[in-house]
Amino acid sequence: MVATVDVAVVDYGMGNLRSVEQALRRVAPAAEIVVTDDSGTIANADRVVFPGQGAMPDCMREMDARGLRDAVLQAARSKPFLGICIGLQMLFEHSSEGDIAGLGILHGQVVRFASNMRDAQGNKLKVPHMGWNQVHHVKHPLWNGIEQDARFYFVHSYYVETQDASLVQATSQYPHSFVCAAARDNLFAVQFHPEKSQADGLKLLQNFVQWNP
Amino acid sequence: MLAKRIIPCLDVNAGRVVKGMSFVELRDAGDPVEIARRYDDQGADELTFLDITASSDDRGIIYRMIEQVASQVFIPLTVGGGVREVSDVRSLLNAGADKVSINTSAVLNPQLVADAAGRYGSQCIVVAIDAKQVSPAHWEVFTHGGRTATGLDAVAWAKKMQDLGAGEILLTSMDRDGQKSGFDLALTRAVTDALEIPVIASGGVGNLQHLVDGIKKGGADAVLAASIFHFGEYTVRQAKQFMAKNGIEVRL
Repeated sequence: MVATVDVAVVDYGMGNLRSVEQALRRVAPAAEIVVTDDSGTIANADRVVFPGQGAMPDCMREMDARGLRDAVLQAARSKPFLGICIGLQMLFEHSSEGDIAGLGILHGQVVRFASNMRDAQGNKLKVPHMGWNQVHHVKHPLWNGIEQDARFYFVHSYYVETQDASLVQATSQYPHSFVCAAARDNLFAVQFHPEKSQADGLKLLQNFVQWNP
Repeated sequence: MLAKRIIPCLDVNAGRVVKGMSFVELRDAGDPVEIARRYDDQGADELTFLDITASSDDRGIIYRMIEQVASQVFIPLTVGGGVREVSDVRSLLNAGADKVSINTSAVLNPQLVADAAGRYGSQCIVVAIDAKQVSPAHWEVFTHGGRTATGLDAVAWAKKMQDLGAGEILLTSMDRDGQKSGFDLALTRAVTDALEIPVIASGGVGNLQHLVDGIKKGGADAVLAASIFHFGEYTVRQAKQFMAKNGIEVRL
C-alpha cells in the first residue's frame, strides 16, 4: 500500500527538480510534496507536477527508462496536472528536436525558433529565448491574481505550435506570437518556469495546488 | 517583448558574501540570504554567485549556502568558481543552483562543457570568458583570474563554447574590470554578433549609462555588475528605471 501524497513531482533524472520542490513548499507549507520516480506514488498523488529540462529526446528516453510513461499518461487524464518547460512540450504529438514522438495527449508539434531572427529595431534575437517575457493570458483559474502581460522567466529553444485554439491559455512574443501555456480539462502546462518567476510564478503554483478542475 | 536582464554579482568566500555591502538596513552585511533577498526585492532578474573560497575543504559550505538562498529567492541563480568536474555541476544543481558557470576548467578541459551540457542541458551551462585586448580588434582569453594567458582568441573561443553546448556566455573584460570606465563595447559587440546564444556583458560598470551602452552599443542580452549595487550607489530598480527611460525593455 502506497501512502497518498498531496503533490508528486515526477523525477525522471532530467534536470534540477529542487527549485520546483522548494517553490511548491513555499506556496503549500502544509502539503506533503514528494519528488519521486515511483509509479505507485504518482498514481496515488492528489496532484502531479511534470517538469523537464534539457533536450526532449533525452527526457522521453529517461522517462521510459524508468517505466513512468503509463503513470504520467494516467495522471494527465485524471487529476490536476501541471507540465513545466519540456514537461509542456512532451504532452504534444511530435518534436522536431530529434524528430521524435511525444506523449500525444495534446494536438500539436514542437518546433525550433528560427536562427537569425531580428526584432523591429534590427537587433539579433538569440536562441535560446532566455529571460523574462510578457505572458498574455485568457481566463483560467491558474491565472487568478496574475496581471495581464505579467513577466515570467523562460529558457527554451523550441516551442509549441497547435491548430487547436481551444488549448491555448497564453501566448508570448519572440518576435512572433507563440503558445506559452496550454490546458485541457484537468491538465495545465507552461513553457516558462513558474518556480523561477518570483511572485507571479509562486502565485501560479499556489493556484495550481488549490485548483479543483 | 523579452526584457534585457540585470544581474548583480556576489563574491562568496566560505559561504559569506565579501566585497562589502553598505545597505544600512542589513543586519548582517555578509549574509548571502539577506543580500539575495534584498536584490530580489529590488527587481534583480537573476543572481550570480562567484565562489572564491581558496580551500577545497570548504566546498561543502557553498552547497549549504545555495540551499538556503534557493529556499527563499525564486529567481534564477548562477554559481561559478572552482567547477572542475561534471560532479561539481551536479552538486551545485542539486543544492538549488539553476545555472553553473565554468571558466578556467573549460580552457583546461573543453570536453567538460560538452559533458555537462549533454547531461544537464545547455540551459544550465554558462561559460565565463575573461578577455584582454592584445591588439586592435583582437582579444585573448585569460584564466586563473586574469593571470594566465591562453593564446586563445576570445571570439573564436566563445563560438567553440557555443558549439560544445554552452547555453550562455558571461564575458568579462579584464582591461575594464574594476576600472568603472564602462564595458569594453567593441569586445562585447564582437562576441555577441558572432554568437546565437545570449551574452552577458561584465567588467567596468561605473554608472547607469554604462549599462545602457552595454546593451545598445555592445549588443549584450544581459548586464552584470557588482560594485555599483554593493555599495548602494544605485539600486537595481534605479538602474532599470534608467534603462527604461533610455528605451530598453526591462522587467519593472
